[in-house]
Amino acid sequence: MTSLAPSTTANILPPPLERPTLLGWLYRNFFSSWFNVLLTIGAAALVYVVTKSVLGWALTEARWEVVLVNIRLLMVGQYPMAQVWRVWLCVHMLAAIGGLSWGIWIRRYRLLGALVLAAPMALALMPSGASPSARPHLIALPVIGIIGFVLGRFSGKRAQRTAIGLWIAYLPLTILIINGLTAQTGWLPVVSSNVWGGLLLTFLLTAVGILVSFPFGVLLALGRRSQLPIIRWTSIAYIELVRGVPLVTILFMAQIMLPLFLPAGITVDRVLRAMVGIILFTAAYQAENVRGGLQAVPHGQYEAAHAVGLNSVQTTVLIILPQALRNVIPVLVGQFIALYKDTSLVAIVGLLDLLGIARSIVSQPQFIGLQREAYLFITVIYWLFSYVMAHLSQRLEVALGVGER
Amino acid sequence: MVRAQPCPDHLLSLNSAHATRAPGGRAIPLWRDVRVLRLFGQIVFLAGVVAVFVYLGRNMLAAMQRQGLGLGFSFIRLTAGFDIGEYLIEYSRSSTYLRAFEVGLLNTALVSVLGIILATAIGVLVGVARLSRNALVQFLARAYIEFLRNIPLLVLLIFWYTGVFLKLPRVNQAIVGPGGLLISNRGVNVPWGNPTGSLPSYLAILGLGLILALLVAFWCHALANRTGRAPLTWLWAPMAFLAVATIGWIGLPVAPLTLQAPALQGLRVVGGKQLTPEFMALLSGLAMYTSAFIADVVRAGLQSVPKGQVEAAKAVGLKDAQVLRLVVFPQALRVIIPPLTGHYLNLTKNSSLAVAIGYPDLFSVSGTILNQSGRAVEVIAVVMAVYLLISLLTSLLMNWYNRRIRLIER
Repeated sequence: MTSLAPSTTANILPPPLERPTLLGWLYRNFFSSWFNVLLTIGAAALVYVVTKSVLGWALTEARWEVVLVNIRLLMVGQYPMAQVWRVWLCVHMLAAIGGLSWGIWIRRYRLLGALVLAAPMALALMPSGASPSARPHLIALPVIGIIGFVLGRFSGKRAQRTAIGLWIAYLPLTILIINGLTAQTGWLPVVSSNVWGGLLLTFLLTAVGILVSFPFGVLLALGRRSQLPIIRWTSIAYIELVRGVPLVTILFMAQIMLPLFLPAGITVDRVLRAMVGIILFTAAYQAENVRGGLQAVPHGQYEAAHAVGLNSVQTTVLIILPQALRNVIPVLVGQFIALYKDTSLVAIVGLLDLLGIARSIVSQPQFIGLQREAYLFITVIYWLFSYVMAHLSQRLEVALGVGER
Repeated sequence: MVRAQPCPDHLLSLNSAHATRAPGGRAIPLWRDVRVLRLFGQIVFLAGVVAVFVYLGRNMLAAMQRQGLGLGFSFIRLTAGFDIGEYLIEYSRSSTYLRAFEVGLLNTALVSVLGIILATAIGVLVGVARLSRNALVQFLARAYIEFLRNIPLLVLLIFWYTGVFLKLPRVNQAIVGPGGLLISNRGVNVPWGNPTGSLPSYLAILGLGLILALLVAFWCHALANRTGRAPLTWLWAPMAFLAVATIGWIGLPVAPLTLQAPALQGLRVVGGKQLTPEFMALLSGLAMYTSAFIADVVRAGLQSVPKGQVEAAKAVGLKDAQVLRLVVFPQALRVIIPPLTGHYLNLTKNSSLAVAIGYPDLFSVSGTILNQSGRAVEVIAVVMAVYLLISLLTSLLMNWYNRRIRLIER
């Protein structure tokens, strides 16, 4: 359309008169060529059809009572009714530490924070949103979160160490509270892990998997970069073997072969077996993540550490690992998300995690044919946490300045 | 007080002649010699690993003896005695376990290969759409990626199977598509070619066509090398093949395949080819899920090509399509291939989730074999070995391709 003319002073064009207008934006975005017009029409039609059918189904046809009736099962599985307060205690602790951390480090994104706090409140106030026993807890949650935020906001940098300590102590403490301490008559009776279920089990499997596999992963990564051939080849063999097979085969092996490997008389329950499988599996992936971090540490760091007289162990622990691990924090969050999704595979070996519970619910006669509702609900739960974590990890990446020096 | 420091290795190798002597001239005792310590440490480590394996192995053998089981692979010659829903090779319940295993392996291969092709096609499309200048298209692509990347594949598969494919209308109210396509809760019935007597000779003709196409490709390359003009290999080689295929089809006295549309007879569908709901759910679920990851990889790859490359390509007069094909894509490919390999491998491994929706893949069939024969250790070992082999072969292949296209710097 533009004719090619020699650019003499005579035909230099005046600056464009175009102003940013809504119509101009619309034109450039949606109707700049016939192909673009086709794309726009096609995409709009797709959005319309999908939204209309999904919303129409969800609002009129769907029978959500399958979710409402079974909400406790979906959340905590068959955890004894009288002991559910322990789960709530852990959630409240999480809200407190989360609020504290928000106040210390993030501060901004008040709107997002308000939304996170408003969600449980809204659930509590909805007429059919929560059971009477859950309502006070749901109302308490935002209050605790706000208290934590205010504390963090005013104590600022001084509370940083406390907050990090609380985060580190949180998981062991949670497992202790969920598992229990005393015999059946005591004040914190032991709840067998066979009855853990639902979202609770999903979260516990993820957290235990990530945290316990981490030291193994670091050791394997160091082993893979070791100059000692036997250690290096053993590490490589383990990592590649595990990464070459699907998780479900490892879970299967853990369920069937772990009892065979142990001496007679020692039994391990199903949840623990799945945890072992998940830990063995994740350790290999963690090792590759950590190896990436190790490779990013410049060689001069090793030489400088040796030059000031540190030995190999001191160099690794004091100089190399801190830098390497700082590099891989976002990748580790990515691994956490991947594992969170992968824990759903324990449903195949018969555990009642979020997916397993949903499967067993829809196989009950009174809920037959309601698969869409149940599975859509757990899809939303899986999606929500995974999406939020993915976004937090991106923010973390920026905050830590990964890739910058 | 001076402590003896172990020398860093590179120093050690430099003055290895002095390594066994301390500065004072006395020999370093054995227990302080780094090389001895390293060797000793490795031997201890190896002994530890072997000890753990021996301990576990002995426990396992003892446990198996208590259950009256032995180790060995002789069982694969026994009769399987169970049915498999779909098979690509001849199979019945009187076939051997080995045959059942092969059926599962072929099903895994089928769904993996088709899944990889589909996922790549969708992924590239969505990845390009993600960078579209059309805001609506971009939003759609982004929503697609962000939704699928953040849900577990297993949930997607189960939802797809029980919530979509099994909720399709019954077979007597099947949706009829173009060309006699039938869609019902028993799966999708597609028109299919039935082989006639002349199929073997037609296959031979196709082989000839392939050889001819290769010859044409070589010739194109030679011509391009001689004249310096762009080789049109991708035009002439397929054309040669198509020409041979067409002439062969017409030339044979009987057409090698007769197209047959599926038809409803009462509550049965006859003719055509039935794609079961399990197969369809697994294939579409795997392809969709993986395509979201591939789309992200493609987007990152395209974005990694510097803008100057596009501008320079336009400046020398290439058209938009040419810019994409000749300049942007070859460079993006270098960034795309390594993660793409990972996603192909993931898809293959993820196909083992078929067990949750009842598609008889390798893992699912092996599970049945395990239950029937009770040979847990052997079956699990074989399954793991096969997946490992597939993974290693795929990585070898993709690494070879990656080496071929990588940037050769001056």
